[in-house]
Amino acid sequence: MPDTAPATGPLIGRDRNWHPPAYTPHYKTSVTRAPQRALVALGSTLTEETGPAFGHSILGPLDNNLILNFTGQPAIGERIIVHGRVLDDSARPVPGVLVEIWQANAGGRYRHKKDGYLAPLDPNFAGCGRAITAPDGRYEFLTVRPGAYPWPNRTNDWRPMHIHFSVFGTGFGQRLITQMYFEGDPLIARCPIVNTVPSADGVGQLVAPLDMNAAIPMDCLAYKFDIVLRGRRQTRFENRLEGM
Amino acid sequence: MQNLHQLKESPSQTAGPYVHIGCMPNFLGNTGTYPVDLGVSPMLDGALGQAITITGRVIDGAGMVLRDVMIESWQADAAGHYPGQPGADANVTGWARFAADFDTGFWTLHTIKPGRAPAPNGQLMTPHIALWIVARGINIGLQTRICFADEAPANAACPVLARVEHKDRIATLLAHATAPGTYSFDIHLQGDAETVFFDI
Ligand SMILES: [Fe+3]
Repeated sequence: MPDTAPATGPLIGRDRNWHPPAYTPHYKTSVTRAPQRALVALGSTLTEETGPAFGHSILGPLDNNLILNFTGQPAIGERIIVHGRVLDDSARPVPGVLVEIWQANAGGRYRHKKDGYLAPLDPNFAGCGRAITAPDGRYEFLTVRPGAYPWPNRTNDWRPMHIHFSVFGTGFGQRLITQMYFEGDPLIARCPIVNTVPSADGVGQLVAPLDMNAAIPMDCLAYKFDIVLRGRRQTRFENRLEGM
Repeated sequence: MQNLHQLKESPSQTAGPYVHIGCMPNFLGNTGTYPVDLGVSPMLDGALGQAITITGRVIDGAGMVLRDVMIESWQADAAGHYPGQPGADANVTGWARFAADFDTGFWTLHTIKPGRAPAPNGQLMTPHIALWIVARGINIGLQTRICFADEAPANAACPVLARVEHKDRIATLLAHATAPGTYSFDIHLQGDAETVFFDI
């Protein structure tokens, strides 16, 4: 049995200097959607330390296979495995938590009523998948490499190839949405959404390396993407006054 | 110096405008992959307590209603127990996920009114529903709480509301009854009525 992340206890505060700030004017939509007042600091309470749990009964057999999970006929594109672990701040696996992903198809087009990009829809690709982490924190998806796509921001902004990730922890206060990028994509450095992350090290944490050891010869390449959730405080000494 | 060997939390990135594809595909109309969306209700038949409906909008600094916002909620049962705790109502699952209507921007949550759960100091928090709000242009999910204007004594004794330094801003956390069992709760991202968001 691996030493796994504790499922209860106070959450360690978020490092707001590591995450993107709310107001990032090169990503224009943030300008009117960024709160302007200071956040009200609150240590975690029972409300954030508890959270929803999802059992394997919610999963269908193809939920983590985006190539086949829409119509049963294979989607078009470069076949890739995307795999990794969900960890806490001490690198302990977080087992049994839900990981959801969504992405554009191989041409850079989303199956969404608001996406009018001229690349065609793939009739066999919905672009969504989900998995629950194993006892060692691992998850795995089979999908196609998403295409880069242009978006209305500055005059010629393009999103690098990316997969959106939604991750649950064991507490509602650990909820996280992020994006995975692909090693070597020259559009990463140019992207104003990527660059909402303040540091190069932070950006690097969102770039998945090519993982030839997990690639399957004559079948598909692989990328490895570990996700780190907020940890919980270890209670070494009770913070309680004598006699209470 | 030694190394603490601690990992940093993965940096947040915006959910973008297409969050529904991954999180609410059936709501979007992308049927065929999942039989139902997760979080369509925070309760099962037989949940104890007062059934309530909360509707609202999320409004940006230019007064525009967000039509691409997704919200998740988490709450206690009518007695203030969270799912999984001893004594919790087995018919309350506590978690819901809902999105703004693509045309009107209104979102709706059908639930039961939660009870009072204890804060870390043992005092009781006022009945509340925690929200986590994501959308295009929001770089990291916003955390706030729906409390209830008709719970004045509990609100006055709530250690969380007491953390809001500018007391006039507490009003931004209060849902108001518009009819029996029906509440209204708008969320303002900026401006004079900016909602209180928490760093938890
Ligand atoms: Fe995207």
